[in-house]
Amino acid sequence: MNDVWPQLEPLLSKVAKPARYIGLEDGARTPHHAADKVAWLLSYPDTYEIGLPNQGLQILYEILNENPHAVAERAYAPWTDLEGLLRDRNIPLFSLDTHRPASAFDLIGFNLSAELTYTNLLNMVDLAGVPVRSAERRPEHPLIVAGGHCTYNPEPIADFLDIVVLGDGEEVITEINEVVRDWKLSGRTDGSRENVLRELSHIVGVYVPSMYEVTYEGADLVAVTPRYSDVPERVEKRTVADLAEFPYPKTQLVPITEVVHDRLNVEVFRGCTRGCRFCQAGMITRPVRERPAEQVRTMVEEGLRRTGYDEVALTSLSTADFSGIEQLVGDIVKSTEDGPPVSVSLPSLRVDAFGVGIATQIQRARRTGLTFAPEAGTWRMRQVINKLIREEDLYSAVEAAYSNGWRRVKLYFLTGLPTETDEDTLGIAELARNCVEIGKAHTKSPSVTASVGGFVPKPFTPFQWFGQNTVEELRRKINLLRDDTRKSHGVQVKWHDPKATLVEGIMSRGDRRVGVVIEEVWRQGGTFQEWNERFDLDLWTSAMAAHGIDPDWYAYRHRTEHEVLPWDHLSAGLHKDFLWQDWRDALAEVGLPDCRWTPCYDCGACTGYSIEHIVASATPPAGGSQGTGQDLGRSVPVTLLGRAPVVVGS
Amino acid sequence: MRIRVRYSKLGKIRFSSHRDMARCWERALRRAELPVSITEGFSPRPKVHFGLALSTSHESLGEYLDIDLQEPEGSSVDLGALPERLTPFLPQGVVVEDVSIIERSEMSLQEAVTVCTWLIEVPGVSPEQLEIDVRTMLDATTLPVIRERKGKKVNDDIRSGIIDLRVIGATPSDAPEQGAVLEAELATQPRSVRPAELLAAFDPLRNEGRVRRTHQWIITDGARREPIPAHATARAPAQAGAR
Repeated sequence: MNDVWPQLEPLLSKVAKPARYIGLEDGARTPHHAADKVAWLLSYPDTYEIGLPNQGLQILYEILNENPHAVAERAYAPWTDLEGLLRDRNIPLFSLDTHRPASAFDLIGFNLSAELTYTNLLNMVDLAGVPVRSAERRPEHPLIVAGGHCTYNPEPIADFLDIVVLGDGEEVITEINEVVRDWKLSGRTDGSRENVLRELSHIVGVYVPSMYEVTYEGADLVAVTPRYSDVPERVEKRTVADLAEFPYPKTQLVPITEVVHDRLNVEVFRGCTRGCRFCQAGMITRPVRERPAEQVRTMVEEGLRRTGYDEVALTSLSTADFSGIEQLVGDIVKSTEDGPPVSVSLPSLRVDAFGVGIATQIQRARRTGLTFAPEAGTWRMRQVINKLIREEDLYSAVEAAYSNGWRRVKLYFLTGLPTETDEDTLGIAELARNCVEIGKAHTKSPSVTASVGGFVPKPFTPFQWFGQNTVEELRRKINLLRDDTRKSHGVQVKWHDPKATLVEGIMSRGDRRVGVVIEEVWRQGGTFQEWNERFDLDLWTSAMAAHGIDPDWYAYRHRTEHEVLPWDHLSAGLHKDFLWQDWRDALAEVGLPDCRWTPCYDCGACTGYSIEHIVASATPPAGGSQGTGQDLGRSVPVTLLGRAPVVVGS
Repeated sequence: MRIRVRYSKLGKIRFSSHRDMARCWERALRRAELPVSITEGFSPRPKVHFGLALSTSHESLGEYLDIDLQEPEGSSVDLGALPERLTPFLPQGVVVEDVSIIERSEMSLQEAVTVCTWLIEVPGVSPEQLEIDVRTMLDATTLPVIRERKGKKVNDDIRSGIIDLRVIGATPSDAPEQGAVLEAELATQPRSVRPAELLAAFDPLRNEGRVRRTHQWIITDGARREPIPAHATARAPAQAGAR
């Protein structure tokens, strides 16, 4: 197979940051392609800096390359400067590992973590020389497959994908590989594409959009049904029962050039049952599965030694909830004391003194800023979203932060939440001002930054029925906050223009009819829409107008209980009636406790798949039932989940 | 104790930046578990001093950096074995060629080096034609160029920065574009002349093909020497075009 390097080489001195196109990372495998091995091109539809650290792709890269029947390489979206040069010279999308043309692979797999990258997916498929629409592909074309959180509603991109994978990929990837290998060995004859897709649809966790018929009545979607009796009516997600069986990535890729999250990352648990109602990640990754502490320690120790990184992050949706987190952090800090300085980071802190205690333990030097995510400005609002942090919890956390030497506090908030009033919005400013006051006892000029994001409802959350705020309404709320804090010394409000929330909303809850809009925007040059400077709302609104797609109907309309949702034929394991009840509870301002330490309320995630939470400790991390030591009676304080607000271009 | 390291950077890795290489070195030193001195203070950093920056996309046979080692651990490090100990921890295409102890009183690389030798591929020109151009350049008393400095366009004369130019011959067969190869000695002080600036001063202006730094020179009392003097531990020069 000819590689494209000789053609690429003279172009690289003409483009920005060429190191993102050369590969050579430590940890990269030497691929050995063969006729009886399925070749995967694992891709991220954004730049190298954003895509390389993606842990999901790195895990699959290792699992596939350990499989004697598979070989995997990687690709990322070339930035616009290189794309122009590639198109001028008819050079296709290439793999980073051996600079092999993308069309030489049997599958091109995409991780989809953000809706705004959809046009990049189309662009990469096109750059690979593959028709963007699944229906137009022939046996010689690679299969286009996608996984990741966005695929819980893949309908907007269903016409562009051959296969969609729901849930954890560690096990299902091998099953897919075997079916595709048979297809490859049989010579990929004319007409065989349809057969292999149908065969793949039998694998649990695999959704083949072309095997389903969509029925509408007027504007309404009424059914998504399988075209054949052997194709499942409902596709269930895959869940790895025991994380300990998958200590991946074993050799995390160490990039030559700077990327986001440029550090060793060790996943300490998957899943979260805090139950924050806005958080899709927490809902779709249940149940909680902890990695044994001993394995975490080994992965940290060996990872640091192998990579030479001086920072390790213990990743999860709420790391402070890991059983025995204090002990674990203490052990890691201790084990690195003798060598060069190593910093340990937690991607999120719990909003209480316990969380700050852990931060104090690991950050002995350089105490600059701490970040908390109360998510909403009033207790009422936090009950609605089930983020049951009392003001006292936040204030005790802030007090602990300042008294331990931190100078800056950053608070994450969402605006545009269900039932939000101006009083709730202004509560954000009030909280921030109170935090500044607390800081004054410890430092001359305490600084509190309130970072505000516009809320976009996601599938498989209790807020999936909620009609989101308009862009104008979100702007009004942000302006309200800005005006209110203009004279508040020490308070800074940071926000991202909510202009992209409309597009995110339509992509996140749309049906197959919005696919034409994505294709149109892509054809008009609308790539890298997740980059603030490249996002172009006009492109989207004119494409929607041209194709009769009503943005109000898709984004701003509240759904009713019995409406067929575009993702109803897919399953994240959650019972729809559980989500509906949780939505009713939200509107009634009723909180729901974390089921790790309270009785099961049958969301479906464990019972449906006959698996259980795997936690090392049956007692909550510290204090009361939710770990904050507060007794709130009916309203149980559920603490932090460090999900950043939905933002564009960050 | 301070050591000076010479390394080459050839092949795909040339598209990494100076900053990228600095990070790669810091990781490599940690992986090799070398007892590198660490700065005091809130954000401790290894005491590593990098030489002149090499432009992204340029290759080199002679890059340097200085490393401070802790005492007394540093003195037990086997310097002869250090090139082979470090190279496996560096990206493919980066090879440590030589190591030697230097005095702490020695001038920093960035101050001490005043001249670099470059091999520059000049596409689209025959060696004969380039020979004529080069003679014109060397005969000129001034070579005005317009440079951008702090966002402003300024007139500069680069003639005094051009120490010597020689045409070596035609580009090798693996070159992406055919042309001639120019060997240039260019000053780095008081203001450095970059290969692209040199080519822009040609009439007509020439584009830069592949570029490789071959030597860095320290000139004291009229005598030139390389930052690490050639001595017993020197290895054979790296093979060109390593991929």
